[in-house]
Amino acid sequence: MSQPPPPQEPKVSRWAIWLPLAIFAAFIGVFAYSLLRPAPREVASTLVGKPLPEFSLPPALPGRPGLDSKLFANGKPHLLNIFASWCVPCRVEAPQLARLKAMGVPIEGISVRDTTEALQGFLEQNGDPFQRIGADDDGQVQLALGSSGVPETYVIDGKGVIRYQHIGEIREDQLPMILEKFAEASQ
Amino acid sequence: MSAELGLAALWLAAALAVLQLVAGALAMGERGASLAGIVRPVAVVQGLLALVAFFCLIHVFWITDLSVKLVAMNSHSAKPLVFKIAGAWGNHEGSMLLWVTVMGLAGAFVALVERRLPERTMLATIAGQAFISIGFYAFLLFASNPFERLAQVPVEGNGLNPLLQDLGLAFHPPTLYLGYVGLSVAFSFAIGALITREVGPAFARAMRPWVMGAWIFLTVGITAGSYWAYYELGWGGWWFWDPVENASLMPWLAATALLHSASVLASRNALRAWTMMLGVVAFSMSMIGTFLVRSGILTSVHAFAVDPERGSFILALLAVYIGGALVLFGLRASTVTEGERFALVSREGALVFNNVMLSAILGIVLFGTLYPLLAEAMGAKVSVGPPYFNPMSALFFVPMLLILAVGPMLRWRRDTFGRVGKRLILPALAVAGSVIAVVLGGGADLLPFLGLTLALGLAIAGLLPLRDRNLRRTPLPIWGMVIAHLGIAVALFGMASESAWTVEKLVAVNTGETTQVGPWSVRLTRVDPVAGPNWTALEAELHVRYAGGAETVLRPQSRSFWTPPQQTSESALLSRWNGQLYAVLGGEGQDGRWQLRLWWKPFVTMIWLGGLMIALGGLLSLIGRTASDIRRVVARGKIAYRREKQGR
Repeated sequence: MSQPPPPQEPKVSRWAIWLPLAIFAAFIGVFAYSLLRPAPREVASTLVGKPLPEFSLPPALPGRPGLDSKLFANGKPHLLNIFASWCVPCRVEAPQLARLKAMGVPIEGISVRDTTEALQGFLEQNGDPFQRIGADDDGQVQLALGSSGVPETYVIDGKGVIRYQHIGEIREDQLPMILEKFAEASQ
Repeated sequence: MSAELGLAALWLAAALAVLQLVAGALAMGERGASLAGIVRPVAVVQGLLALVAFFCLIHVFWITDLSVKLVAMNSHSAKPLVFKIAGAWGNHEGSMLLWVTVMGLAGAFVALVERRLPERTMLATIAGQAFISIGFYAFLLFASNPFERLAQVPVEGNGLNPLLQDLGLAFHPPTLYLGYVGLSVAFSFAIGALITREVGPAFARAMRPWVMGAWIFLTVGITAGSYWAYYELGWGGWWFWDPVENASLMPWLAATALLHSASVLASRNALRAWTMMLGVVAFSMSMIGTFLVRSGILTSVHAFAVDPERGSFILALLAVYIGGALVLFGLRASTVTEGERFALVSREGALVFNNVMLSAILGIVLFGTLYPLLAEAMGAKVSVGPPYFNPMSALFFVPMLLILAVGPMLRWRRDTFGRVGKRLILPALAVAGSVIAVVLGGGADLLPFLGLTLALGLAIAGLLPLRDRNLRRTPLPIWGMVIAHLGIAVALFGMASESAWTVEKLVAVNTGETTQVGPWSVRLTRVDPVAGPNWTALEAELHVRYAGGAETVLRPQSRSFWTPPQQTSESALLSRWNGQLYAVLGGEGQDGRWQLRLWWKPFVTMIWLGGLMIALGGLLSLIGRTASDIRRVVARGKIAYRREKQGR
């Protein structure tokens, strides 16, 4: 009976030794490419294209009006900004909201789980771009709006239909995009 | 105060890691030999400082110190204490701190107890461990400081993702991290041995327990994670080929291959270069997995910290560490490839086959996980799911199982299938029997069919190595191997049975109405609102009976959390020895009827039972080997003592 000679442990050839490094380098290339491309921040919310859920919020500040969902269907588009005095990105966002207001964009606000004093302090420090501010003390309206955090901004058209949902703060370079969405909602 | 103390400890630990690297590297040369004495103590203190920082973070979460940004972003005063503490690592910064803590402690542990490696390899290993740690310290301190304070203290925190408010979260990530990061030790060992070119059986024996330890944690972590996803996500599935699941599976596959190849190296001094390669690959997979999760490149339910800048930082770390290790491997591999010869049909041959198959599955999972990324780079959006992963991995998994049945009975160096063939008659009969049983029982799709039929044969074949052995004298590592292999058969049976025989039912019922799912009858008696510490819920009361037996009550909930606002389904499970009933409460329909989603999943629990058996097998083997190592050291000490006495 002839046994085949036991094969040697296969000698690793030159190129095989460097193969893992080559594969890894290719991965790094793809990763780097994907990282450098700006990730889409738009989220296709399920509420986009649907009417604003009904709500009626008490005023967040004494002497100012509260916020009712019926106010939105007045033929003109609005921005609806969900914010809170304790939210840090909301501070970052404030200058952008101020500029939108200066451009004549009507902005309504919902402040989530806030106190009157803290809210007043926040508006004094960061400016007050809001026409009306509703107080959502238990976060239920925020929940109904499909918002998962603060800040978030909705573009709502003149019929009260949500046209766009922006998650996170509006950054400076996103202003043109927001204006474009607003213009689309005006048509 | 805790936050500042933690930050200080973190900086100090980072500084010590630099010292550890420099001293370790210098001590390897002749001139720096005097530094050798400080390397181990520095490694120990560095690990302890990282632990101090970690405890500081837990403390600020415990007391809900909202002036710390991380706490304000992720915690809430109304949260139960256990979730406040678990929240410390349920976020990006905290989990990275956990990462460096485990890495520091693993290094400290190696420095304290590892005495088998040659001194120079040991120094290179500890220096290597410090080298990896430095990058992650830098990442924490410069890009993800967990102790950052807020200028203005908020009145309330943002809350923790409700999906993560579950006891599973408290233990699943730390366990997984112990596994991921534990593999850094294998990586450092491989680097150390490649630098000093001291690759051999002694080295493999020294490395094996560390790999085994990390692998046990990985196994438990993956098993627990799978069960968590199963009951918490409410979809009734136990594995989704989600990128993050794949990220935990890939290091496991590499570590499993590494364990087997290390045992060839330890026993037969073969597969030297390959074992080094796997040592590098295993931890590289941990790092790539972390990168995929943290960078937000791939979207998944797990991506709770998405930040491209952090992604770039981790990418740079990957390039340095993995790239560097692979360059070192390339330069040194040709000098360590020589190893003992063996025949194709031999224990080594079977283990090589196992390694090739595991590597192939690893490649398939890696490719499938990254493919959406590649496609996107070319302008197409795709998602890769079970239709790719299941058959492709089965293609290599099935042959691997067949060899697994034979391998443990083969002899080292050279053997013939004829010798072991006779022993395989019984498992072969079992396979044939189950083929007939499944066909008569109505058949199943190809993959579940293969799984069901192979599982029984594999279970019997897995026990065969115990034949002709005195069970009391069988060493623990053999028991470990048998139990782990048996665990694979058990888990396989669970998976196959779940996909072959699950009965699913989606119904809308009025209260008082009864519905059937499989052998179960389910009656909805009422739906009530209930309140928890930071949620409210609708809770259904279901009276269920198995095949007309005794009645049991199940209470699935549909929960609304308000910090942050999110809805989750709390499924209700009822386990029997032969499977689980899984109930989820959906919404209320307009006609006042309630949606119920019900599954009867025969033998599904075997999946996790099998996973735990695999981990238990590893544990037994680890205990057995460590005990015999200790015995050897003690015996050697006694001999030395006796000699000394006689010499006097």
